[in-house]
Amino acid sequence: MRRPLLALGFLASACMALPAAAAPVLTLYSAQHEQVIDMLTAAFTKETGIAVRVHEGEGPEIAAQIIQEGKDSPADVLFTENSPELTLLDEQGLLAKVDPATLRQIPEKYSAKDGNWVGVLARENVLAFNPKLIRPSQLPASLLDLAKPDWKGRVAIAPSDADFLPLVAAVAKQLGRQDALDWLQGLKANATIYQDDESVVAAVDRGAVATGIINSYYWARLETAQGAKGTTSKIYHFAHGDVGGLINISGAAVLSASKNQPAAQKFLAFLVGKQAQELLGQSDVDFEYPLAAGVPPNPLLTPFSKLQPPPIDVAALGDDKNAGLLLQQAGLI
Amino acid sequence: MVSDNSSRSGRPPLGLLAAGGAAAALVLLPVAVTLANAGHAGFGAAVALLGRGLIAQLLANSLGLILCATISCGLIGTAAAWFVERTDLPGRPLWAVLAVVPLAIPAFITSYAWVSISPDLQDFAGALLVVTVSYFPLVYLPVAAALREMDPALEETARTLGNGPWAIFRRVILPQLRPALLGGMLLVALDTLVEFGAFAMLRFRTFTTAIYSAYRAGFSGAEPALLAVVLILLCLLCLLAEQLVRGRARYGRLAHGTRRAAARYRLGRWRPIVPLGFAALALVTIAVPLGTILWWLTRDSSAATATAAAAPADVAAAALSSLGLGLGGAALTMLIALPLGVLAARFDGWLIVGLERTAYLAQSIPGIVVALALVSLTVHLIRPLYQSVFLLLLAYSIVFLPLALVSIRSAIVQAQPRLEEAGRALGLNWIAITWRVTLPLAGPGLGAAAAMVFIAVTTELTATLLLAPIGTQTLATQIWADTSTLAFAAAAPYAAVLAALSLLASWTLARRFGAASVFTPVGAAPVGAALEAAV
Repeated sequence: MRRPLLALGFLASACMALPAAAAPVLTLYSAQHEQVIDMLTAAFTKETGIAVRVHEGEGPEIAAQIIQEGKDSPADVLFTENSPELTLLDEQGLLAKVDPATLRQIPEKYSAKDGNWVGVLARENVLAFNPKLIRPSQLPASLLDLAKPDWKGRVAIAPSDADFLPLVAAVAKQLGRQDALDWLQGLKANATIYQDDESVVAAVDRGAVATGIINSYYWARLETAQGAKGTTSKIYHFAHGDVGGLINISGAAVLSASKNQPAAQKFLAFLVGKQAQELLGQSDVDFEYPLAAGVPPNPLLTPFSKLQPPPIDVAALGDDKNAGLLLQQAGLI
Repeated sequence: MVSDNSSRSGRPPLGLLAAGGAAAALVLLPVAVTLANAGHAGFGAAVALLGRGLIAQLLANSLGLILCATISCGLIGTAAAWFVERTDLPGRPLWAVLAVVPLAIPAFITSYAWVSISPDLQDFAGALLVVTVSYFPLVYLPVAAALREMDPALEETARTLGNGPWAIFRRVILPQLRPALLGGMLLVALDTLVEFGAFAMLRFRTFTTAIYSAYRAGFSGAEPALLAVVLILLCLLCLLAEQLVRGRARYGRLAHGTRRAAARYRLGRWRPIVPLGFAALALVTIAVPLGTILWWLTRDSSAATATAAAAPADVAAAALSSLGLGLGGAALTMLIALPLGVLAARFDGWLIVGLERTAYLAQSIPGIVVALALVSLTVHLIRPLYQSVFLLLLAYSIVFLPLALVSIRSAIVQAQPRLEEAGRALGLNWIAITWRVTLPLAGPGLGAAAAMVFIAVTTELTATLLLAPIGTQTLATQIWADTSTLAFAAAAPYAAVLAALSLLASWTLARRFGAASVFTPVGAAPVGAALEAAV
């Protein structure tokens, strides 16, 4: 019985499009957007001849998976949308040192202090709002205001989106655990819950809810999709260092268990190199700030220098564990 | 099942019994893993996790949707069946076909189509629309069958007693329809509970999407498992209720003799109007989903979101993956289901009834629960299977075991035991008899079973999403990836190929084996078969 089973398995796998047998093949665990990854891996393979096979997932999911897989993880490189997952894996001792030359491409404060992962892109947290439902003068000075009773029914959030976790971690950092929990519970009482940031911005744009907490990425992409004329919603920047204006860092790391260290390091170097960074800034596929010096972002985005983020760096943000537990305790996920 | 001692030889061969037992154990495996994972939480934490409002909200969402969807499916399905079976509606054969075609379009494709038309169709309204449009045939089919088999004598008697058409429907037909109608509605409820892709695309939160959220948020252990336990319990309730409804109240005619067909009502001045209603139904259930895909196909890929366009080579590679998995999945599922099908068709006894019923329980285990259980089992304990094609095929086998089993069983029943006895008299052992007598006779039915599983696997989304080996993209996972980033035009080529494959394969199967073989609502027939086996 077993042999025909195995034969069938091979048959099925033979039917699948396997990458060409050129060595080495890099395995990338990615929590970045698929279209961005497709664009980057195609350019990387063209430049180096190294094929990349990709496993996609949400950041915390992939991080949990790598921890479960442990030493035998097939992953060579991890590329996430947010820093806390990288910090978590770093704490578990699962990451290798990044080449110093790669680290030098990016301002120091956007990478790990111990040099075990490198920042690649940044995204800004914003409040999307629908001008038909709310006047700009009514918008809150602080993210924390959204938990107040007068915001009942007027805000949308996506607590299970990986992008929400760093924001919770930042609030907990500023307020302390108990006050952060109170804030989340207030927010829960006010908010309409959606599955992801895409849904939040779509809901705000169609007028289902007045405001929504998102990364500016999603609004820019919706705007590109629908055109300026077809887009009702606008974005509001939290200013003066309010926690709501937090910058999320998308970064990459090489797994210490990787058997393709040189190729993996090459991929990281490629990510922060001028070619990839300019590709990311210019294409209408990605709406994040390239972190390499002197590379301009997509013109839909507010210039990086004009942002007024809170003084919370990636080290202070830490990993996702606390934020996840807080969300769970508040009954949001 | 009429017990026929000549065909049901006493003791089943031990090997067959072991293989059947393994199949049943395979179904229980994800349940056991899920319970174990949930148990890790500990009692206090479990109570805290379950009691924190999320469950209440998910229950309200799911039950509210189920209530509305079963009513809307019940109304539309029954009305459509009554008009087709009992009136002089023009174009009946056409409408009868069009009423079941939605079953050949996966719910998440319908969901993709509607949500790409307007984001206003998200949330509850969109979910209700998609569920109704996709699942009303689950009511239509059993109700139409019941209407066909009903004895017209009762209605004629009622008419002679002075009842009008509406009174007859309400007082005579409807009570007789109750098992079929309620059974169909419960199937709608079960499918609504189990569905994942359609609701995720519609951003409607149910248990399946919440399990996925918990998994995405990195809670790989107890939390999703606890949600899964609640979901499985709800599904079991539906399945049990369905069995009870079908088991009770049989309104079959007892008299012998040829049954007359019931007289058809004349629609009179409604005759030109009712077809318009059917046309509108076909428009909403078939033309809109398929038309939307075609519309997106003609758009530039940047029209939806500026994303990488789907190159023909990518579409071909994804289609090959889907077909390869379909073949592998069908083969493995048949291999696992066959021994159990033979046991159920050929042998009696509590053990076999128990095994068969256990296998049908797979209907109440959502694909996402099976997939997560298999991931957590293999990553810790059976590492070589982790992220392997075989594991994905195994998940398909568990999810689609009931679908295969019901057809295998009826195929084997059709093979005449007398011929097997002749073989036995000629000195063949049971292996030779199975190979040379039973299989050739049951072949066409087995082929239909394999083809059905093939279609189901090719269009499967949930398990594929979680278990596909690294780098494997199928048509379904590509549609998923593009739709969740609002890249509707990029998803269109994949959706078009998937819908075409599904419709074409279903149509071929229906031509070859009769419509009933394709459009057996999963659930209806298996439960019927299990009951028959139990009687």
